[in-house]
Amino acid sequence: MAIDMSQFFQIFFEESEEHLATMESLLLELDVAQPDPEQLNAIFRAAHSIKGSAGTFGFADLAETTHVLENVLDRIRKGQLALRADMVDVFLKAGDVLRGMLAAHQGHGSSDPVAVAALCTTLQQLESGPPATVAPAADTPAAASPSEDSVATMGRYLLRFVPTAHAVTSNAIPQLLDEWREQGTVEVLRQPLATDDDLTWEVRVSTSQARSALSEVLEFVAESGRWQLLDEGAVEQAAGFGLFDAGEQITAVESVVPDAAGGIEEGDGFGFFSPLPELTPPTLLPSSPASPPAAAAGRTPTPPVPRRSKQGGSADSSIRVSVEKVDQLINLVGELVITQAMLLQSSLQFAETLPETLHTGLIQLERNTRDLQESVMSIRMLPISSVFSRFPRVVRDVSGKLGKQVELKTVGEATELDKGLIEQIADPLTHLIRNSLDHGIEMPEARLAAGKPAQGTIFLRAFHQGGNIVIEVEDDGAGLPRERILQKARERGLPVSDAMSDNEVYHLIFEPGFSTADVVSDVSGRGVGMDVVRRNIQGLGGRVDIESEPGVGTCMRVRLPLTLAILDGMSVAVGDQLYILPLACVLESLQATAQDIRTMGNQTHLVQVRGEYLPVVALHEMFNLQSAWQDFSQGIMVVLDADGVRVALFVDALVGQHQVVIKSLEANYRKVNGVAGATIMGDGRVALILDVTAIASMARKEIKKSRMGGG
Amino acid sequence: MNRVQQRESEAVRNDSREYLTFTLGEEEYAIDILKVQEIRGYDQPTLIANTPPFIKGVINLRGIIVPIVDLRLKLNLPRVEYTPFTVVIILNVAGRVVGAVVDSVSDVLRLTPDEIRTAPEFSGAFDTRYIVGLATVDDRMLIVTDIERLMRSSEMALLDEAVEQEEGGA
Repeated sequence: MAIDMSQFFQIFFEESEEHLATMESLLLELDVAQPDPEQLNAIFRAAHSIKGSAGTFGFADLAETTHVLENVLDRIRKGQLALRADMVDVFLKAGDVLRGMLAAHQGHGSSDPVAVAALCTTLQQLESGPPATVAPAADTPAAASPSEDSVATMGRYLLRFVPTAHAVTSNAIPQLLDEWREQGTVEVLRQPLATDDDLTWEVRVSTSQARSALSEVLEFVAESGRWQLLDEGAVEQAAGFGLFDAGEQITAVESVVPDAAGGIEEGDGFGFFSPLPELTPPTLLPSSPASPPAAAAGRTPTPPVPRRSKQGGSADSSIRVSVEKVDQLINLVGELVITQAMLLQSSLQFAETLPETLHTGLIQLERNTRDLQESVMSIRMLPISSVFSRFPRVVRDVSGKLGKQVELKTVGEATELDKGLIEQIADPLTHLIRNSLDHGIEMPEARLAAGKPAQGTIFLRAFHQGGNIVIEVEDDGAGLPRERILQKARERGLPVSDAMSDNEVYHLIFEPGFSTADVVSDVSGRGVGMDVVRRNIQGLGGRVDIESEPGVGTCMRVRLPLTLAILDGMSVAVGDQLYILPLACVLESLQATAQDIRTMGNQTHLVQVRGEYLPVVALHEMFNLQSAWQDFSQGIMVVLDADGVRVALFVDALVGQHQVVIKSLEANYRKVNGVAGATIMGDGRVALILDVTAIASMARKEIKKSRMGGG
Repeated sequence: MNRVQQRESEAVRNDSREYLTFTLGEEEYAIDILKVQEIRGYDQPTLIANTPPFIKGVINLRGIIVPIVDLRLKLNLPRVEYTPFTVVIILNVAGRVVGAVVDSVSDVLRLTPDEIRTAPEFSGAFDTRYIVGLATVDDRMLIVTDIERLMRSSEMALLDEAVEQEEGGA
């Protein structure tokens, strides 16, 4: 009879995490002097949702702690308590404690009961009054605050459900009713007694919550498939139609649920639905999800009258899928792309004799595969806001600790990138931001003395550029101290010279163990960190660049590939080998004439492209292959843009364009200079993907060599 | 038949292991069969530039990129041909998949530790570090090789760290 609640625990944990995250970001946005009532309500709702579901699932400690938090929040949002900055700190702390408790329930780490108790005491002190009742809003039926500002989005629903045994024993239903009561009105039409055979509840709820939010809750508390959620959006009008008998009124309601809202209107009483133990949907409302399969899919059905609140809009248009499933899908699509390319290529051999239908079919297949691949890849794409959202807290905490005034401004949170990258970019970015806070932004006095506003600013930007995603951490601080870095580098015995370019000097901070901080603080200064940052980012196939100007600020620019798996490539032939160039790096290709080719130091070749001389890298020389051509005017020059450096790559011929699945060469072999990875071509053979950055740096070295040789 | 059974049960008692034997030139080698993933024919691999000649390149093994090492080139055998009968042993060593080209695969044998005798110090193509010992089966001498150690070694240049060692030495 009882369903196993533990199967929902994971969902509960994930949702609670989300609620906590929402709460935290809202708290950080909150203007303490003039809090926005909407935001206060949203914070309250987040805390409340955690409490509600924690109670339902029997996590008593979580429910109790959130309850205390909720009481304070409730008094604040009702204007009974003025918001203070220290309260926000306590609330943030509370979020951390709750997170710890959640983690403990999930089996990693343990929560600290002392910290929890201390928190509860602090919160109760904040409340500075008699502890409020379990459901404070119950005293004010039709809860004043949310209904006032959201009358337009109120929905009315008739709920009928058979609660699970667990929900009954854990007293979840009255809690649930309280919860709804605080966000609207609740009318209990039928409350089964424990002795009843028919345990169906009937409740009418007017709430600002989305239908999906209600149905989610119902899924938790009700027996699987044994619940109904009827939209009564137009009930005001319907009440007068006389279609419905004045049904059974439940007299026991007041005594069992003492704080139930009054106001059960006689004529409204929907007795129409009363004795339906099988939960067969009334024929007048055919679209209600009553049968178990429909109820199982209950998160997504379109409500007959779609009434959604502002907050709940996205909840019912998404589903949770495990990452493994998505990755499996991506792998399969990758294989499909290879097979499709193989089919297309082998069909080319029969170009003359190929039946027209087969040919069209193959073309169609190619298009569909490509679309499929794009859609599948987009599943893994997430907005970077999920990473950015954690930094306001970091900035707040660290700047508070350092006694600095810092504001964080984020731009481009909607920029999407691969989930795998998102997970791995968070740590390096945190390091960069802490570094900016600690070393970049000066103390307020120093800033004022330098003629800058006392409050420093850190910009966090994300945007797409070519095939890359660029994330910038920019501060308006003191800039990197060139002399000091050089001095420290000398102390550490690094090979440095005063002639080094600024950029080379700045990159010294990525050396392991390098730190210019005199005092090791818990923020930074141990010299671990920046080298880890660089290593992590390089591990993701990205790079870090530094721009800095003394007294003006520093900008750390992280460049990452958009996705780790797929590349738009151009295939080029050298000798009997085929190589792939990332299409994003290819600017143009041309056939040079003999007079366009010049030499420098009698070694390095340059090619003139529209008045500009570009160094030539001959792929066959680099890879010790036999080129099909004798001189540069016979093959093709492919002009490549490698991070702003342009070089011309000499190849035998251009072959075609492909979308290729990047396969690691290092998984079973090792890093090869000049090669970024490998891929499998249509005929099943392996082609190497060239590392344009490495090629460009080889070209630079060549030029340096010839300069030295020539000069 | 009976004798074989007897031998096998005896072997199991003596915690023997199974070995795959293959020939390289005139010599016969034995490697732990648990390191062998599969045996397949030779496909023309994709060349990797600036590698030692015995690294033939990489192939596509059902979607994964696998480097191919020609042990015959590594041993400086005079006759190295690639025919439809050339055999590649796909090995699972050090958490990696590596293909090794050999002349032919001959047998799967059970050997007990007693049957493997310590090899004398000699200067062969392989350093004796990679030789577990010698075993004699039906008048054939088997060189029992620690294939994992060999493939991990810096002289094979298959792994990054090994390469660094080599470059450091050069």
